[in-house]
Amino acid sequence: MSGSTVLPDTAPADTASPRRAALLGGGGRAALGLLLPVILAGAWEIAVASGLATGRLLPPPSRIGAALWSLAASGELWMHVEATLIRVGLGFAFGAGAGILIGTLTATLPALRWLVDPSLQALRAVPSLAWVPLFILWFGILETPKVALIAVGVFFPVYVGVAGAIASVDRKLIEVGRIFRLSKLALARRILLPAVLPATLTALRTGLGLGFLFVVAAELMGASEGLGYLLVDGQQFSKPDQILAAIICFAIVGKLADTALVALTTPLVRWQDTARETL
Amino acid sequence: MLNLQSLSKTYADGTRALAGIDLAVPNAEIVALIGGSGCGKTTLLRLIAGLDRPSAGSIALDGEPITGPHPGVGLVFQESRLLPWLDVAGNVGFGIGDLPRRERAERVAHALERVGLAEHAGRWPRELSGGQQQRVSIARAFVANPRVLLLDEPFSALDAFTRKDLHRHLLALWEEVRPTVLIVTHDVAEAVALADRAIVMRPKPGRLDESIALDLRRPRDPAAPTSEAATRKILGALDRSLRPREASRAPELAGGSSF
Repeated sequence: MSGSTVLPDTAPADTASPRRAALLGGGGRAALGLLLPVILAGAWEIAVASGLATGRLLPPPSRIGAALWSLAASGELWMHVEATLIRVGLGFAFGAGAGILIGTLTATLPALRWLVDPSLQALRAVPSLAWVPLFILWFGILETPKVALIAVGVFFPVYVGVAGAIASVDRKLIEVGRIFRLSKLALARRILLPAVLPATLTALRTGLGLGFLFVVAAELMGASEGLGYLLVDGQQFSKPDQILAAIICFAIVGKLADTALVALTTPLVRWQDTARETL
Repeated sequence: MLNLQSLSKTYADGTRALAGIDLAVPNAEIVALIGGSGCGKTTLLRLIAGLDRPSAGSIALDGEPITGPHPGVGLVFQESRLLPWLDVAGNVGFGIGDLPRRERAERVAHALERVGLAEHAGRWPRELSGGQQQRVSIARAFVANPRVLLLDEPFSALDAFTRKDLHRHLLALWEEVRPTVLIVTHDVAEAVALADRAIVMRPKPGRLDESIALDLRRPRDPAAPTSEAATRKILGALDRSLRPREASRAPELAGGSSF
């Protein structure tokens, strides 16, 4: 999971000059981005193959590829990916659902906001991993504490994002609704909802990124399956190729999940003029 | 007839935005409200639109009191305030959502035709120029067939050419629907180009000061001697409104005025 996926959509507009843009059209730019990792991987492969380095702690790409291949061929990999995805999916569903619900309520009901928000902000200041021992005491060591940890991690960015989005809806647009005598419900559906949608989707993306962050933590604390388990297993049995293979899987799965979320939600915010697609 | 009776607005912080406004506007008249900032022009429109409640006094449209947003009253804001998630046609039809789909589509198409944006129906607001956005906003107000149309400095952010063009579109729509129009402006030329009557306002607290009838034929030529005379009259009234009230008071207007 790369760090950039948890950042909101703030990519600067493309400032490249027309001539440079022509030189480096879409495909060219993607190729340029691949250049550095490919050169580094190739150099390392050659260094190990020629005996300049042993590659014992940092295996060359071919060995990582072989490890990935054998995991995939045995079917073991899919079991681990499935376990991880189920945990992230459940945690994300609970965390995001609660975040949207509570964020909407506190943003629209001032009394509830004054009552609840200070406590939630205080809880938000607690590093989520600090809950791990407590969750294990409460929920045992099986799936529940893992899903709970992921849900907590997802909840806060979604809660803050949704509440902030609702609070910052342009009053001027609400007045347009009032001029046309929209009912409260129609105002919510025709103005509030579309107005908060972009920021909500950004919050969900952030939440999903954190979900993958916390699934690693959850699986590191004890699991018999999942990509995180592959990491621990690789460490205990000194298999750096397996660790790197699991890391690559995390990157791919995380990126695919993020891409799927964006693809599912882009039609809803088609009207926006942002750099969404380029992220 | 739009009737305002001793209309006053004092904000919670004690600011007296408007004090004792009396005004009667016959149907289909175009009234321009002119004055510097802080003389309560926008507040006056917001009260008539029902977005704010008056502290005292009353508003009535053909005898029916107005106490909130009213189906017969439309408002065009200073900024176009288009909804960015709706295309141009969606924005124009926003206020007539309860009409049958077919009739709505017809009225939207017609209004877009009138403001010269028929071929832009499927565009997003962000793809339009400022003048085009304001035309959409005017079409959105007209499509609901208002009996009273309020315009709050709708053209102030536009260049002179665009403004003239929009005057033309506005008058074309007005000819068709013939609503009573109250337009707030700080541009004397705009008042002369559009209005049957110009009312100069004076600040602290906001009041109506002088009313100048503009009996000019349409279409109007800004260079015609009659337009120049009207411009001079409004400028004179504006000038008087800037001086202390007692000293500037024309004798025939002394002792409270009613428009």
